[in-house]
Amino acid sequence: MTTFTNKAPGGTRARTSLYWRYLVEPYLYLTPAILLIALVMLFPLIVGISYSFQTVNLLHLDKGGWAGLSNYADLWADRKFWLALENTLVWTFGSVFFQFTLGLGLALLLNTRFPGRRVFQALVFLPWAVPTFLTALIWAWLFNPVIGPLPHWLAAVGALSEPYNILGDPELAIWGPITANIWYGVPFFAITLLAALQSIPSELYEAAEIDGATAWQSFTKITLPFLAPMIAITVMLRTIWIANFADLIFIMTAGGPANSTQILSTYVFTTAFKKLDFGYASTIAVALLGLLFIYAALVLALRRKFVKV
Amino acid sequence: MARLELRDIGKSYGTMEVLRDINLSVADGEFIVLVGPSGCGKSTLLRMIAGLEPITHGELLIDGRRMNDAAPRDRDIAMVFQSYALYPHMDVARNMGFSMEIRGARAEERRSKVAAAAKTLGLDVLTERLPKALSGGQRQRVAMGRAIVRDPQAFLFDEPLSNLDAALRVEMRLEIARLHHRLGATMVYVTHDQVEALTLADRIVVMNGGIVQQVGTPLELYDTPANRFVAQFIGSPTMNVLPASREGGDVRLSNGALISLEGLEGPVAELGIRPEHLDLADPDNATFTGSADVVEHLGSDTNIYAQIDGIGPLMVRQHGHVALRAGDRLGIVVQPERVHAFDATGARINS
Amino acid sequence: MSVQVRRSPLRSFGKLCAILFYLCFALFPIYWLVKISVTPDQLVYTEGTKLWPSTATLGNFGKVIFQTDFLIFFRNSLFVSLSTAAVTTLIAAAGGYAFSRFEFSGKRILVALLLLTQMFPLLMIIAPIYRIVAALGLLNSLPSLILVYTAFNIPFATFLMQSFFDGIPKDLEDAAMMDGCSRFQALRKVILPLTLPGLGATLGFIFTAAWSEILFALMLIRSNDAMTFPVGLLTFVSKFSVDWGQMMAAGVLALVPSCIFFIFIQKYLVQGLTSGAVKG
Repeated sequence: MTTFTNKAPGGTRARTSLYWRYLVEPYLYLTPAILLIALVMLFPLIVGISYSFQTVNLLHLDKGGWAGLSNYADLWADRKFWLALENTLVWTFGSVFFQFTLGLGLALLLNTRFPGRRVFQALVFLPWAVPTFLTALIWAWLFNPVIGPLPHWLAAVGALSEPYNILGDPELAIWGPITANIWYGVPFFAITLLAALQSIPSELYEAAEIDGATAWQSFTKITLPFLAPMIAITVMLRTIWIANFADLIFIMTAGGPANSTQILSTYVFTTAFKKLDFGYASTIAVALLGLLFIYAALVLALRRKFVKV
Repeated sequence: MARLELRDIGKSYGTMEVLRDINLSVADGEFIVLVGPSGCGKSTLLRMIAGLEPITHGELLIDGRRMNDAAPRDRDIAMVFQSYALYPHMDVARNMGFSMEIRGARAEERRSKVAAAAKTLGLDVLTERLPKALSGGQRQRVAMGRAIVRDPQAFLFDEPLSNLDAALRVEMRLEIARLHHRLGATMVYVTHDQVEALTLADRIVVMNGGIVQQVGTPLELYDTPANRFVAQFIGSPTMNVLPASREGGDVRLSNGALISLEGLEGPVAELGIRPEHLDLADPDNATFTGSADVVEHLGSDTNIYAQIDGIGPLMVRQHGHVALRAGDRLGIVVQPERVHAFDATGARINS
Repeated sequence: MSVQVRRSPLRSFGKLCAILFYLCFALFPIYWLVKISVTPDQLVYTEGTKLWPSTATLGNFGKVIFQTDFLIFFRNSLFVSLSTAAVTTLIAAAGGYAFSRFEFSGKRILVALLLLTQMFPLLMIIAPIYRIVAALGLLNSLPSLILVYTAFNIPFATFLMQSFFDGIPKDLEDAAMMDGCSRFQALRKVILPLTLPGLGATLGFIFTAAWSEILFALMLIRSNDAMTFPVGLLTFVSKFSVDWGQMMAAGVLALVPSCIFFIFIQKYLVQGLTSGAVKG
């Protein structure tokens, strides 16, 4: 038997071609992507974090400089921040809950056969394709009693005392953007869940039926357990995405009235965009990032505990 | 046409060694079959010859020239893939002529070569079809045509028939045999099917666990397997292997029977007896006695799965029809000159 | 596989109701947008909440197109979105190919990094980007938007392209190399033609994403000439908030390119959303 050393015939040249194949060539293809992401996302991210320890306000450029933790102290004392945090929870979980429930219903519906299913699928997925700014505007208009029917309908069923714009009512305003978000997000859940549903082998249902399972038992004993891993990961990612999603609220209410719809991400944006206070905006953003990290870690830990893979 | 020479070829991924000490020389025009169970490294070896996998140890020579680092296109070797790997966006003619297209051959030369190959393979009416409009057998022919058109130094086949149904497989096997006969080209063929190996090969390379077990002609492998693995891998139905021990110049089996063998060296651990080398006999006068467990009547042959007293299961194949039913008592005698003895490591020890 | 449901009249009726509910929920807002856009100005206040106006007009579209800057906004947006889609797809195709075809050191770290960029609040970098772009003197320029959008979309597009490359058997490349191709030739002659649908789908996904981005555009673009459609529409809304017909007509115009691309990428929605799994 031969022993293998690096001096085996052809060793060095073979190894250079190995290096080429496993180290150099892939990076040749990836370099543009890595460069762009590093320059446009990662570098600014680090700069952004450093801003949270500085005073950076474009309206008062003279007062720049390191500020230690004073931004964070301000944040702790900021009533608007705590309000925004509360609103973020309502916004995120309200949206996710309804998006998921309606999306699951739609996916189950699309997983059955009926005439015109393909056209139906194209039409109900259409809201996904509507640009978000337009989604926001459309729903803002729908809630406007002058040109929108919703206030009149709500008043007619007794949900509102008279047809007024709920976007102007601090008590109810947040449900405006949430409704728009549900409308926009149902297709996403429906599509991903439908894909998961279609990966369940139909023999399982046939076997269950032969074993005498009812439709409800099939759903709870086969469908849900099969979907569970997919549901867990989709819901987690979607939650993070929605918590970061500022477009709808910014356009529909800009956080108002009286900050009743201000969530953390819109608070970041309005602070940066309207007050040009980049230091404080970055501080809020870092806090949001931290909260999302805690959330993700929590979900992953729970998943490890309850979902046996 | 080409000679292939593999010297101490080895392959490892990091610390994991998948091939070791492969030495083989393939003569010009020879048909070599690499055979072994799945995961034995035979396909990897083929891909290393093709240039699709880097060679980590040893040397590969084609016609005496070292080819370890040559790109596949510089080796002038054609390959037929298990999945056929037909280009889905090209019609049959373009699939077959693609190699010439890449080499910049003139269009009319390409056309005439493709037409000739299509004709020999019976594809001439299909040249304008896309692969998705072909049956499995037709795709297989196109894959072969693609290799033929190139007129390469050597052909490599990677389990080319494993996606076909049984009848088509026999037909294409003959087709490949004819092709080899007609072209006289060097061919290396990978399969896990021993029937393909025995029928096609000039020489067979039996591999297991990344190591060559034996190289030889089909008959050599059948008659004098180098070890227990080869003995059980080649030949169908599988060889019976019975525990045994040496007693002087003879071998004693666990039911007490004594068999005398010639040319024994060292201690015997097991005896191998092929089912077709056992004969039915009068139970009073037999090496083994027992009862038939299952009897399969195949018409040309009869397979008897017997339970032997003091030994256990044993399979016997008899030519023609034998009037025997499950549960019947039977006696069996051995053809001693066709018995194989193995030592504790599985190596062959009789001449 | 679809599940066979036993037919009982009650079930069928329930299913019909569900179908109608989802259909109305999805389409009613879009219908309303179109309805107001064709309502003549003088009827908006009297018939604003009726299901269909007594007379319809295309006048609002005429006004939007010929009397406002929307044509410029539209052109700017088209330029930004198409450029972003083209550049992103090109870069992502290269990256997706590397992820699909190579095992290399650092791959896992890179994948994790790309996933991470999909998770953190993009708004976090809006301030640094504004200052960098301003320092480079690129405020109010469309190329700065293209650059930013391209970077944002590369991770998602790379994963998407990877899934398309994964769908092409590696044997085809091997066969091409046996047939005499270099790796690059194999890519160009065999892999590329087979990836065209995937490239098209990626183009479509990125176009719709770039078309609807607004927050960074608001931040980086302040001058009228360089406004993208969303910024222009929003500015219009805050300035002329009573020209309902025109606003909605502009909204319908904004919807058109998205819908065209939506039809185009319908087939790939599942692949797109599951491989991205993050992007809306």
